[in-house]
Amino acid sequence: MAGELVLLDFWPSPFGMRSRIALAEKGIPYEYREEDLRNKSDLLLQMNPVHKKIPVLIHNGKPVCESVIQVQYIDEVWHDKAPLIPSDPYQRAVARFWVDFIDKKIYELGSKIWKTKGEEQANAKKEFIECLKLLEGELGDKTYFGGESLGYVDVALVPFYSWFYAYEKCGDFSIEAECPKMIAWVKRCMQKESVAKSLPDQEKVYEFILHLKKVFGIE
Amino acid sequence: MGEEVKVFGYWASPYSYRAELALKLKGVSYEYINEDIFGNKSDLLLKYNPIHKKVPVLLHNGKPIVESLVILEYIEETWKQNPYLPQDPYDKATARFWIKFIDEKCFPTLWLAAWSPENEREKVTNEACEYLKTLESALNGKKFFGGETIGMVDIVASSVGYFIRVTQEIMGLNLLSADKFPQLFQWSEDFANCSIVKESLPPRDKLLPFVKGLIAKYQQDNAKA
Repeated sequence: MAGELVLLDFWPSPFGMRSRIALAEKGIPYEYREEDLRNKSDLLLQMNPVHKKIPVLIHNGKPVCESVIQVQYIDEVWHDKAPLIPSDPYQRAVARFWVDFIDKKIYELGSKIWKTKGEEQANAKKEFIECLKLLEGELGDKTYFGGESLGYVDVALVPFYSWFYAYEKCGDFSIEAECPKMIAWVKRCMQKESVAKSLPDQEKVYEFILHLKKVFGIE
Repeated sequence: MGEEVKVFGYWASPYSYRAELALKLKGVSYEYINEDIFGNKSDLLLKYNPIHKKVPVLLHNGKPIVESLVILEYIEETWKQNPYLPQDPYDKATARFWIKFIDEKCFPTLWLAAWSPENEREKVTNEACEYLKTLESALNGKKFFGGETIGMVDIVASSVGYFIRVTQEIMGLNLLSADKFPQLFQWSEDFANCSIVKESLPPRDKLLPFVKGLIAKYQQDNAKA
């Protein structure tokens, strides 16, 4: 049945990781295809002509683009296995709010941390930690954002952990020191096979960032 | 069955409008509270939306829901009559794709094109036109993005179809024109002519001077800088 589902992806993409985790949580087999973003495949350009970006989930030949849309789609189609999104409308709205928050803040601030220096970097670090603290507040005493099991917010956020080491090295700070609850939550997530197998090694991501910095001429 | 539904909004906000239109399409009565977003935001608003401090906020039986797209999904899931999202997961995913495209690319770039200083305007305008072309392709010969009736994509696209059209009139820009984008232009006319839309949109004669004032203030502030 693997021919039915294809994921066009790029190994360090936190967005791609979201779909990998969702599919793994539900035990759905799929074909993973690595894209070379400097040389995008015809398939990628055909399946995502508007944005030409990964990840793209192709189900029975039809593309679903955008990671949050993919995770929702996966949850709706394979709704009987490991549900990720709450069934209560209010709880769903709360989960959607936090996923929107993560999308608006975490990636952009993280990017600023490795791309910039001086005051701009310092501001990005400060705001990044503030955002993680807000997320810690939302997590509270729960095992996962989804409660007793992995949920939509967990799947949306945990991929960024693979970039934490790179942020810490570039920004010269410790995320664990500032947000210990967040790291404790990460460790719980990483004990799940679906998460551990979907996230790349942090050192590898850091090497990738160093390479990008060279390519973009960022010191 | 007392149900308390409130919307904290701003009369001229395209985001606030989405929440109101959705409730009206479902026939849900609500209390509307206009927030003074350029002056003093109310304590209640800051209590219900402490992180973003923005309108719209939907309050349902005391529980706040914020961010217009989250609100739209909540309204669809809570009040099942007159659905505006498709049932089929793939069609739903497609609708969500266009909603994200309008919200993240199309609308912000069009807005920027209206506000940009002369020397930057051409580049942003070209980008905006590309986005309009893509958005038009999503219509694909249908009357509305939702098909025969208004769907969630139409609700979100109101920011382009109405609010942007008003703005470009002030700026003398002719981006969403009948000759450049005939299908999209026709859609914006059909949309604004729906009775439920017509009676709920902020009136042009009020919106025009308001946006004019906003742009003038913006230009003034930037001239000083």
